[in-house]
Amino acid sequence: MIGLQAYLVLAALVFAIGLFGVLTRRNAVGILLGIELMLNAVNINLVAFARFNGDLAGVVFTLFTISITVAEVAVGLAIVIAIFRVRRTVEADRLNLLRG
Amino acid sequence: MTLPTRLPLLVLLLPFAAFVVLAVVAPLRRAGARAGLLSIAAMSVAFMAALVAWVEGFRGEATWSWIPSDGGPIATVGVLVDPLSNAMLVLVTLVSLLVQVYSLAYLGDEPPASLGRYYTYQSLFAFSMLGLVLSPGFLQMFVFWELVGLCSYLLIGYWYQRPAAARAAVKAFWITKLGDVGFVIGIVLLWSATGTFDFGELFARAQEHALAIDGLGTIMFLIYLGAVGKSAQFPLHVWLPDAMEGPTPVSALIHAATMVTAGVFMVTRAQPLFALVPDVLILIGWVGAFTALLAATMACVESDIKRVLAYSTVSQLGYMMAAAGAGAADAGFLHLLTHGLFKALLFLAAGAVIHAVGTNDIFRMGGLFRAMPQTGIVFIVGTLALAGVPPLAGFFSKEAVLSGVWEAHLTVPFLMLALTVLLTAFYMFRVVFITFFGRAFEAGHPHEAPWLMRGPLWLLAALTVAVGIRLAVGGGEHEAPGWLVPLSLASAFVGFALAWAMYQRGLVDPATFSTALAPFDFLARRRYGIDALYAGLYRALVLGFARLIGWIDRYLVDGVLNVLSALTLRAGAGLRGIQSGRAQDYVYGVAFGVLLLFVWAQLWR
Repeated sequence: MIGLQAYLVLAALVFAIGLFGVLTRRNAVGILLGIELMLNAVNINLVAFARFNGDLAGVVFTLFTISITVAEVAVGLAIVIAIFRVRRTVEADRLNLLRG
Repeated sequence: MTLPTRLPLLVLLLPFAAFVVLAVVAPLRRAGARAGLLSIAAMSVAFMAALVAWVEGFRGEATWSWIPSDGGPIATVGVLVDPLSNAMLVLVTLVSLLVQVYSLAYLGDEPPASLGRYYTYQSLFAFSMLGLVLSPGFLQMFVFWELVGLCSYLLIGYWYQRPAAARAAVKAFWITKLGDVGFVIGIVLLWSATGTFDFGELFARAQEHALAIDGLGTIMFLIYLGAVGKSAQFPLHVWLPDAMEGPTPVSALIHAATMVTAGVFMVTRAQPLFALVPDVLILIGWVGAFTALLAATMACVESDIKRVLAYSTVSQLGYMMAAAGAGAADAGFLHLLTHGLFKALLFLAAGAVIHAVGTNDIFRMGGLFRAMPQTGIVFIVGTLALAGVPPLAGFFSKEAVLSGVWEAHLTVPFLMLALTVLLTAFYMFRVVFITFFGRAFEAGHPHEAPWLMRGPLWLLAALTVAVGIRLAVGGGEHEAPGWLVPLSLASAFVGFALAWAMYQRGLVDPATFSTALAPFDFLARRRYGIDALYAGLYRALVLGFARLIGWIDRYLVDGVLNVLSALTLRAGAGLRGIQSGRAQDYVYGVAFGVLLLFVWAQLWR
């Protein structure tokens, strides 16, 4: 039987990898993938706690999160495509219109 | 209210009504000549009423409380009718009327809107001057005193597009204000000491010797300062010659016959008060005589016909003030009246000459008597009156002034005034010989003025003679020393002969004469440096102070703000590097911040 701690460590690792991806990928699609990883780390956390606390609320939340994630990816990819159409690039470094 | 006060009140309100109508009804004002006719109509009725009041010898006083307070009104307004104000009413309405008629032709070429503006100002001036004359107290007098000053400013600057006229208007306003500051301080001090502005009450107390106030001398001196500014006494005389930038009829009315005599009128009116302070009276006498002499010397070297007359006005105002200072205010007032007639005549005649030749410079005129004999005759009548030749009006009033000053034992002022008689005859005949006789100038075709201008001229000339004859018949109550008449006549004759020899016969070359009197010539041509002194003082004090304030504003006040804004800009420029515009950099910040929170929560809780 694997303990709760192992799930939490896994979730933390996945979250860190996702954050690393968000911070270092230059491609907007890669960044979206990083965000995806971070969200899934949260899902692992929720499911793990639900399993060990015997509380189904965590599983329900996870279902919500997954469906919202789908919507987020759909919107996020749509934005990336829209940006590509306008700027002919999805390099995050070159999307710096907000520069002071 | 009875007729003796109602009639002068009508005289006062008629020009005011004309002013209000012209000021409010713009189409009428812009109609020009028609606006003039309205103003003239109001003035003629006012003149008739004033004449009736004078002939009937009305006396009376009607007052209304103006500033009410618990212990009775602080100030009253109203009309004070007595022989003094009646005579002034007639003079002011008469000269106003004639000048307004004259202006119809003189300013006939002006655009109608400007002409309407001119008549609006004229009506306002007539109202203000009449209100001043009828004032029953110092406060009302001061209000109208400032109003005539305003009208003077507006009318000197009538051709405000000309920089010289605009400057002259400001100069006149400024310099008279210097005196007015003294005036207002004086009347307020007098009020705080006595609790009243009313002439009647003040004079009654003065006669009962119940006016023992500490510093009455200072108060009366301050009040006299107002007269110094208004009546162009030394050292505030510098504005009057410059005021000649205004139209000539304005010079005749305001700067010769009426407004500038307001100072003399005020001193005459307040004679019972001035009589209590002999020191101030003596000062008035000395300053008056000195002004008379100083202005006369400047008139001798002036080549602008209007400025000669302006200096002559300053000089004659000096006479009036000297008489008031000598305690012979009646003589001064008589001179005020006669001078108002013949100086208005001289100015209007000079206006006719200027109208004909288009220049003010007497050396560019010459031989005009042939072209305009009528103007020449009336000008010579005015000159003779001014020079004090019997039986013209000026002779009797000038004798009265001289004998008054002599009897007050003001010997040095008397000698100055006697010398001025000589100079007066000299500079006036200098103008006459250069302008009307001598070599004719080729340029231009001088012509006689239209009858609208000649009419007032002849009327004033006739009045100058008539008043003189009237004084010759009826006057003579004052007993002057027997040698006085021969002395002044001889002085006048010497002046005349000198002018004749220099400018008509060429027996004496003016150039050698001015070399002989080189220092005086040098100084008089430079107006004794008084204007330059004021300009220098202005530059040094006012502009210096302004420069100091400007420096403080620019470097201290603005400096602090500039430093603050520069710091803000600098900080902003430094901080803008943080805003890279890349979303990932911001996420770095968020992640790092969360990490910090996390560490803080773990270590320091």
